Amino acid sequence: MNAAMKSGLRPDLAIIAENVAAGSSVLDVGCGDGTLMQALRDGSGCATRGMEIDALNVGACVAKGLSVIQGDADTDLSFYPDNSVDYAILSQTLQTTMRPDQVLEELLRIGRKAFVSFPNFAHWRVRTSLLWNGRMPVTRLLPIAWYETPNIHHLTVNDFRALLQERGITVEGRWFLSGDTQCSAAAANFRAEHAVFLLSRAG
Amino acid sequence: MATVLNPPIENRHLDLDMPLLLDGGQMLPCARIAYETCGTLNAAKDNAILICHALTGDQHVVSNHPKTGKPGWWVRMVGPGKPIDTDRFFVICANVIGSCMGSTGPASNDPEGQPWGMRFPVITIRDMVRGHIAVLDSLGIDSLHALVGGSMGGMQALSLAANFPERTRAVLVLASTARHSAQNIAFHEVGRQAIMADPEWRDGNYYEAKASGGKGPEKGLSVARMAAHITYLSEAGLTEKFGRRLQNREEKTFGFDADFQIESYLRYQGLSFTDRFDANSYLYITRAMDYFDLAEEHGGMLANAFAKSKARYCLVSFDTDWLYPTAESRNVVHALNAVGLPVSFVELSAPFGHDSFLLDVPALDRVVQGFIG
Repeated sequence: MNAAMKSGLRPDLAIIAENVAAGSSVLDVGCGDGTLMQALRDGSGCATRGMEIDALNVGACVAKGLSVIQGDADTDLSFYPDNSVDYAILSQTLQTTMRPDQVLEELLRIGRKAFVSFPNFAHWRVRTSLLWNGRMPVTRLLPIAWYETPNIHHLTVNDFRALLQERGITVEGRWFLSGDTQCSAAAANFRAEHAVFLLSRAG
Repeated sequence: MATVLNPPIENRHLDLDMPLLLDGGQMLPCARIAYETCGTLNAAKDNAILICHALTGDQHVVSNHPKTGKPGWWVRMVGPGKPIDTDRFFVICANVIGSCMGSTGPASNDPEGQPWGMRFPVITIRDMVRGHIAVLDSLGIDSLHALVGGSMGGMQALSLAANFPERTRAVLVLASTARHSAQNIAFHEVGRQAIMADPEWRDGNYYEAKASGGKGPEKGLSVARMAAHITYLSEAGLTEKFGRRLQNREEKTFGFDADFQIESYLRYQGLSFTDRFDANSYLYITRAMDYFDLAEEHGGMLANAFAKSKARYCLVSFDTDWLYPTAESRNVVHALNAVGLPVSFVELSAPFGHDSFLLDVPALDRVVQGFIG
């Protein structure tokens, strides 16, 4: 599909990588082993920094020469100054936080823009699984049983849109993924397995 | 060029031709800085790494200790092919002033040829750093590839980065803090009082007695070391290593012998320490650590300390370290973040308490190697 995709990035990360302006500054919250940061640094000349909760992942990032702080999105974002980066990125992490709404506000305080990606709990496969089995769905994107999943705040595309509207947050771009390919925004709440939003506070 | 198989190790010293102006307002005349180097300084002089040692450490980072004969204190981290690779980097480690391993300290002679004793001026961490800067100047090193320190070494690293921001491009701080807490000061005070309560301390004038075969304040110094040693270990580590096991006996003796293994171990640690360390140096260096408060030096805001820095930073803490717990490292990380400096931070899991930075923690090796580059 494109360079970032070919580089083997996870599809939502590939979308983010393509849409971050070259040479910008980035904070990747929940950066994992630093794959996206590395792509942004090496591919787009971005000044990257990251936050990650898992010590082994932080070690992996440092070993790649990345600047990553071990920390928790729920408690440690407050230490970043206002407007300190061009983009704050939260990929596949929103649903794991204690207070997703507050984390979202923090992202838009720290970054002039924010990328947020999350699995859509209203995807038809999740719906049918719940409807027919009557049990919390275990799917490809949500592979862990309810009692041990880190995903404590499942949300749907429509839930997220409603929160954005309520908080007066502007959508600058949105992408939806079905399987590993992009799908249209039409009926995304039903058809998208995964959503990526680019947000800002701008009027 | 062929790979250097055995990077040269040199033990050298620098005699300052100017008195060292100290934070306390006094001058230290005729200061000597003893230091060790390992590896080769390249023509551009940009491959130097300065390692700062801890309270009772010394410059013998890779060479055998001259008094104990034990291998250098960080051979597991520094050497050819090690995380701090002396095939590529020129490693420098300088004995801090106030110490007793070759740099000028209270056991050294003053310009009149008498031991300084307690007439030695009180020094600070920043004064130690001034000594390191003099060594870098003498070697023609404008900017370090990296500056590395654990515990008190980390304090020196932070102080150097804050006060001489142009002198280093990377700063690695292990198990350290930007200020001594009340608890830190309290433990040090116990140690100092133990030394000063020893009648052989004689207000610090014990050098003559020792030179003529007599005693110094070994008992006091030994107790100081015992108390400090507990703070370097974790409760879980002590329990695992010693538990309540008895030392070479089947039953308690109902006396005050070292019945327990932990007692025997601590007594040994205390006693062997007195063979290699000067009691007055212990007083002066612990004082320097207690006085350390990097924020206080910079208008009360730690972030201000790093306002002129352009270096990248990495801080590592250990989950079992209760001497300089993770919160202290985080405090530094937040300050660095506030001024927008590239900083990494990780709390590693290791069972050894504060001493973890010196011991076998493979995750630390990876972080050090990755950060040094």
